[in-house]
Amino acid sequence: MSAKTITAPTSADEPVQFYDLDEHAHPEGHSTMLGFWIYLMSDCLIFAILFACYAVLGGSYAAGPAPKDLFDLKLIALNTAMLLFSSITYGFAVLQMQQGKVRGVQIWLAITGLFGLAFLGIELYEFHHLIEMGATPQRSAFLSAFFTLVGTHGLHVTFGIIWLVTLMVQLSKHGLIAANKRRVMCLSMFWHFLDVVWIGVFTFVYLMGVLR
Amino acid sequence: MTIPHPAPETGPFLGKLSLDALPLHEPILVVTFIGVVLGGIAVLGLITKFRLWGYLWTEWFTTVDHKRIGIMYMILGLIMFLRGFADAIMMRLQQAMAFGGSEGYLTPHHYDQVFTAHGVIMIFFVAMPFITGLMNYIVPLQIGARDVSFPFLNNFSFWMTTSGAVLTMISLFVGEYAQTGWLAYPPLSGIAYSPNVGVDYYIWGLQIAGVGTTLSGINLIVTILKLRAPGMGLMKMPVFTWTSLCSNILIVASFPILTATLVLLSLDRYVGTNFFTNDLGGSPMMYVNLIWIWGHPEVYILILPLFGVFSEVTSTFSGKRLFGYTSMVYATICITILSYLVWLHHFFTMGSGASVNSFFGITTMVISIPTGAKLFNWLFTMYRGRIRYELPMMWTIAFMLTFVIGGMTGVLLAVPPADFVLHNSLFLIAHFHNVIIGGVLFGLFAAINYWWPKAFGYKLDVFWGKISFWCWVVGFWVAFTPLYILGLMGVTRRMRVFDDPSLQIWFVIAGIGALIVAAGIGAMLVQFAVSIWRRKELRDETGGDPWGGRTLEWATSSPPPDYNFAFTPVIHDLDAWYDMKKRGHQRPVSGYRDIHMPSNTGAGMILSGFCLVMGFALVWHIWWLVAVSFVATIAGAIIHTFNYKRDFHISAATVTAVEDARTRQLAAGA
Repeated sequence: MSAKTITAPTSADEPVQFYDLDEHAHPEGHSTMLGFWIYLMSDCLIFAILFACYAVLGGSYAAGPAPKDLFDLKLIALNTAMLLFSSITYGFAVLQMQQGKVRGVQIWLAITGLFGLAFLGIELYEFHHLIEMGATPQRSAFLSAFFTLVGTHGLHVTFGIIWLVTLMVQLSKHGLIAANKRRVMCLSMFWHFLDVVWIGVFTFVYLMGVLR
Repeated sequence: MTIPHPAPETGPFLGKLSLDALPLHEPILVVTFIGVVLGGIAVLGLITKFRLWGYLWTEWFTTVDHKRIGIMYMILGLIMFLRGFADAIMMRLQQAMAFGGSEGYLTPHHYDQVFTAHGVIMIFFVAMPFITGLMNYIVPLQIGARDVSFPFLNNFSFWMTTSGAVLTMISLFVGEYAQTGWLAYPPLSGIAYSPNVGVDYYIWGLQIAGVGTTLSGINLIVTILKLRAPGMGLMKMPVFTWTSLCSNILIVASFPILTATLVLLSLDRYVGTNFFTNDLGGSPMMYVNLIWIWGHPEVYILILPLFGVFSEVTSTFSGKRLFGYTSMVYATICITILSYLVWLHHFFTMGSGASVNSFFGITTMVISIPTGAKLFNWLFTMYRGRIRYELPMMWTIAFMLTFVIGGMTGVLLAVPPADFVLHNSLFLIAHFHNVIIGGVLFGLFAAINYWWPKAFGYKLDVFWGKISFWCWVVGFWVAFTPLYILGLMGVTRRMRVFDDPSLQIWFVIAGIGALIVAAGIGAMLVQFAVSIWRRKELRDETGGDPWGGRTLEWATSSPPPDYNFAFTPVIHDLDAWYDMKKRGHQRPVSGYRDIHMPSNTGAGMILSGFCLVMGFALVWHIWWLVAVSFVATIAGAIIHTFNYKRDFHISAATVTAVEDARTRQLAAGA
């Protein structure tokens, strides 16, 4: 919609304007943030289904291991810290962007990516450890739901890192043009969204799992 | 009967794929295959002979124009409709024959694929492309926009939907399709009971198409929220745009559930997890719950846009403003919300207990209230109107009469004790065909007859249209009334042979009904052909407004120029175009400017092609090809993001030339 307001004619004989004769083009990408936000909500629903499955199947151990036997909360706390730190550093990247410092954005993005990689590394270590203990995704419905929920989150982080690297290349090629700023903001929403989902995972899967 | 091919061994290079996968032992499929090959060679030959490849590539396949993408969706829907209907005729013939010890002409293996494919194709690859195409074409015009918010994504969505359809069609000739029914309930669809590739075709066909559907839903929501012409507040939007908005909200809020559910089913099949298995803690009923949490909103996704069509058509052909616009909008919103609270009525027999069943029974009955309000609004719009019985209006009245009966049998099924008797019976089959054919299809036919002159500049032939209309309406009732009767007698769905000879007459009548419907489809194809042939005689001489329309799509030429509107309209009232005509607007004839437009791109088609290959490789466990096509898809997407020049300007001179031609045309018409 154009920025200027359209006023209804105050009296019947005043001529009504039916066409916008002095139109200005929409700024490029004016709807991208809304569209991306709606995409995130659709992604959120996928996680909602995986959480629901975990809620239903999380107690179906099939005489196999239970969360208490499996989860090492210290390791998970470390992992959570990695992801939370990465969200803070992404915030610093956005602050640098607002000051127009492309170098600063790239540095903070790189740090964010490293934290993301650390998170993934710890997660893979945990999965490896569980599978070695015989707690495989095939062992019980609880483990199927656990690996799928946590693994889907991990896959999202992986794609986030691929995107992040792509974006760093694009920033070095074109600098902080409008299109790139938009992309930084979209990835920012994606990254923080994964953080929020992880807080749900940490609470419902790990903390409450060890409690029960 | 033995299953024709047991689970094949896997090889390193072609996975499970081998020559055994070709259904050479099924004469029906061999003949169909020969027909498809000959027809395909003929079409490709003609395209080559008339040198149309370049034209198709630059003007259609790579287009980002919402109007052309809309038309391509409609063509996809039509082609798949013919396939889906062929399945229907085969089932009707089998059931009419298989009595008194006769096995009919279809083996169980083939028959089970036919009823599965019929359901899947009709919902996912007929109804969905039809409504998406319709919304794509009409919504931007109705809100005075030049295109959708994300034009490239629109092209990509179309090709993903097409890839899903192609993968599903490949299953006809390479391997087999699922034999599980259209929702593939486990444990039947699990690896233990469906070890072959049929369910995998089902999964990957729907997953690929589902990506397209979700993205197109996001695209249209943003388009409606962000690109409305100045002055068009939400409560000044045409009703079709409103129902499209609600339908797309439902798409975005429900298709991810389908995606996630099918991912879990594929993990069970490929990795050996235990979500829906019978042992190690799995819960098959969770699948049934999840799939219907998507599935029930899905039926409202299909019907809501058509409720919008009926509103536009009733208002236009009654020559009146729609009765109760506000109540129509709120009824739509109520239906949108309530459609999430009824899913359990698809399996009252699961045994959730009286309280749960009562809750879902009551919500199901409640949802008929806003729907009833809509019907009264249409009736009151017609009341004391000057009704013109043109084809779109005829389809609308047929809808009202047919759909109300389907709605009432739906309320009968919503009563849990009654449902315990009627669950999975032919009564249910008759009910949902009654609402889907009587609602969605009749609505689409109304829409096609209504908007065809907008898309092509000439009307559809009335004579063949009326033949098609009467064949469809009569054929529908002849085909489905017997199923209601059989269902009340306790006959269940998906049966291949019958013992009781007294039932046969009803199946024969239903078969005759299907043949009458076939005549209706034939007449419709003739109608299209005749209209294209006689397009000069049928030309719309009014310069874009043949029906005396009320909404903005009639304000521009037919077909609309690439940029839709040379100047963006300014809206002061509901029924904006009617308001403009009534108050004597002047069409500006000079002062045109450059218009900013998105550029075409082949990226959507290429990426979807990679996804199609990946789907095929996943079905057949060809892991090296899965890896290659996956990397290609990701790399292709990344390369596409390096293209920053995605737009161009249509020069003011070009706009002037186009608009001057229209000025002359309008002057000649007047």
